[in-house]
Amino acid sequence: MTQILSAPAVGERSPHPLLAARGIGHSYGRRPVLTGVDLQVRRGELLGLLGPNGGGKTTLLRTLFGALRPLEGTVMFDGRPLEQLNPRQIAQRIAVVVQEPQSELMLSVADMALLGRTPHLGMFSRRSSRDDAIAAAALEKVGALGLAHREVSELSGGEKQRVLIARALVQEADCLLLDEPTNHLDIGYQHQVLDLVRSLGMTAVVVLHDLNLAARYCDRLVLLDRGRVRADGEAREVLQPELIGALYGVGAERTAAYDEVPQLLFRRPEGAGDDT
Amino acid sequence: MGLSAVLCVGIGPAPVPPQTTAAVVAQKIGWAGDTGATPAEVSIVIDIRLPRVVMGLAVGAALAMSGAVLQGMIRNVLADPYVLGISSGASTGAAGAILFGLGAGIGQYALPVSAFLGAMGASLLVFWLGHAGGQATSVRLLLGGIAVGYALSAGTSFLVFSSDDAEGSRTVMFWLLGSLSLARWDVLLAAVTGVVAVGAVVLMLLSRRLDALAVGDETARALGVGPAATRLQLLTVVSVCTGAAVAGAGVIGFVGLVVPHLARRLVGTVHARLLPVTALLGSGLLIWADALSRVLMQPRELPIGIITALIGAPFLLLLIRRMYAENT
Repeated sequence: MTQILSAPAVGERSPHPLLAARGIGHSYGRRPVLTGVDLQVRRGELLGLLGPNGGGKTTLLRTLFGALRPLEGTVMFDGRPLEQLNPRQIAQRIAVVVQEPQSELMLSVADMALLGRTPHLGMFSRRSSRDDAIAAAALEKVGALGLAHREVSELSGGEKQRVLIARALVQEADCLLLDEPTNHLDIGYQHQVLDLVRSLGMTAVVVLHDLNLAARYCDRLVLLDRGRVRADGEAREVLQPELIGALYGVGAERTAAYDEVPQLLFRRPEGAGDDT
Repeated sequence: MGLSAVLCVGIGPAPVPPQTTAAVVAQKIGWAGDTGATPAEVSIVIDIRLPRVVMGLAVGAALAMSGAVLQGMIRNVLADPYVLGISSGASTGAAGAILFGLGAGIGQYALPVSAFLGAMGASLLVFWLGHAGGQATSVRLLLGGIAVGYALSAGTSFLVFSSDDAEGSRTVMFWLLGSLSLARWDVLLAAVTGVVAVGAVVLMLLSRRLDALAVGDETARALGVGPAATRLQLLTVVSVCTGAAVAGAGVIGFVGLVVPHLARRLVGTVHARLLPVTALLGSGLLIWADALSRVLMQPRELPIGIITALIGAPFLLLLIRRMYAENT
């Protein structure tokens, strides 16, 4: 079943990074949200996008799939400006897991997964058995095939994220973007979802709040604060206690998990007073 | 549905047995010979009831589909052409055509065209108000729709009040309550059925985009579907269909609100399945409501809007109770 989810169409030996943002600047009204942001997403890596609230993570992610056209700078997909592709072509190459407010939608899990075929189906083309097979394979891959006939609105948070990831897989894209996929999930589901993303082996960018979770699952971390890239590298380079403490306004100290993955411990903000 | 139509043709102050109806229609299209029906029965079936039923089928389908599309695209189950002020826009346009001869230059098309222009104007206004100063939320759109609807109803009343044309005013008032009784084999009937048929096809072509939009704007973008452009396309088709429905039968409430709920319970929210079922149920509801309106207070005829409201309101309450019970 799984070979139906075809290998990336983009040449593995292309000299360009799969996705690259160059000098991205954007503002809402007069408030700048992104300033001179450079970002490269290499083939096959899982990139974590971190930073305090309002730091520009989601805005940057939205520019990466053309949902937002930045006022300055360009986004390149496989060496080509993203704006040369129309929205449908972009959706064939870049799949996105976005969080939408829960609605009273009556949609089965299978139908939700099939929505991922939208960019591949023209207005006049009908859904084929191949589309059904692709959707089934994707649901199987995320371990949600058994949920196919359930209503999406009845699913638990963790199950729903799996289904949304399946929908993204159904797009058969080269690259996956995820906006806070662990939001509102308990710690078990948070790990399950990121473990799943990791196991897909796809080029992926994930916006995360939890620094320790990011350190465990991502190959590389980019830290955004007030619209600028503050750090870019492996977890041990990016998760510097002084930097983190300054950006988030908390005390931080560095430790390591059983397998040497760097992890942070947090204290109350400096100057907030002692318990003693 | 065919059976429903045949039965409904027979119902009225002068009942016609279904087999006679079928025979008369069969003869008319050359499938059968002598029917044994009296000339009066032939006349009732062909000249009076049949155009009414055809108009009912078209109008019911148009209103129900419009409701389903609006509910999907603004993701709120309270949306329908009436609530969003689109029906009111159409009736203002149509009242202008009846009372002041707007667009008289295009003859019999003046009524449907001005109804459509009114509908389109109202829906653009509602969506413009909804988007002004930021992201449109469904609550803002609904409130905007209600406001525009009230303003346009007042506008229609003003048109009626300021017109010297007493006959025209009576026509408008009668028609604001909704009725299929004016349906004849004429250009209007042809225009309405044609427009609704084309509208249904276009909506089916757009149904996949509507599916994406029904999940959310950002999901639509992620799937390569531009939310604003898609909404405008859908809104245009809905305005055309609502304009046609209002031109054909006046303002009929509740069909667009209630029928999509029922259809969604039957087949879910995938619009390629939902829209045909919605159209069928809407057609069925309207021709049966029209049949009831002919017989309930014989020999007088009730405005059909009263029947649809009487059926629709309790049904809606039932749905709300069910929905509430499931969510707790």
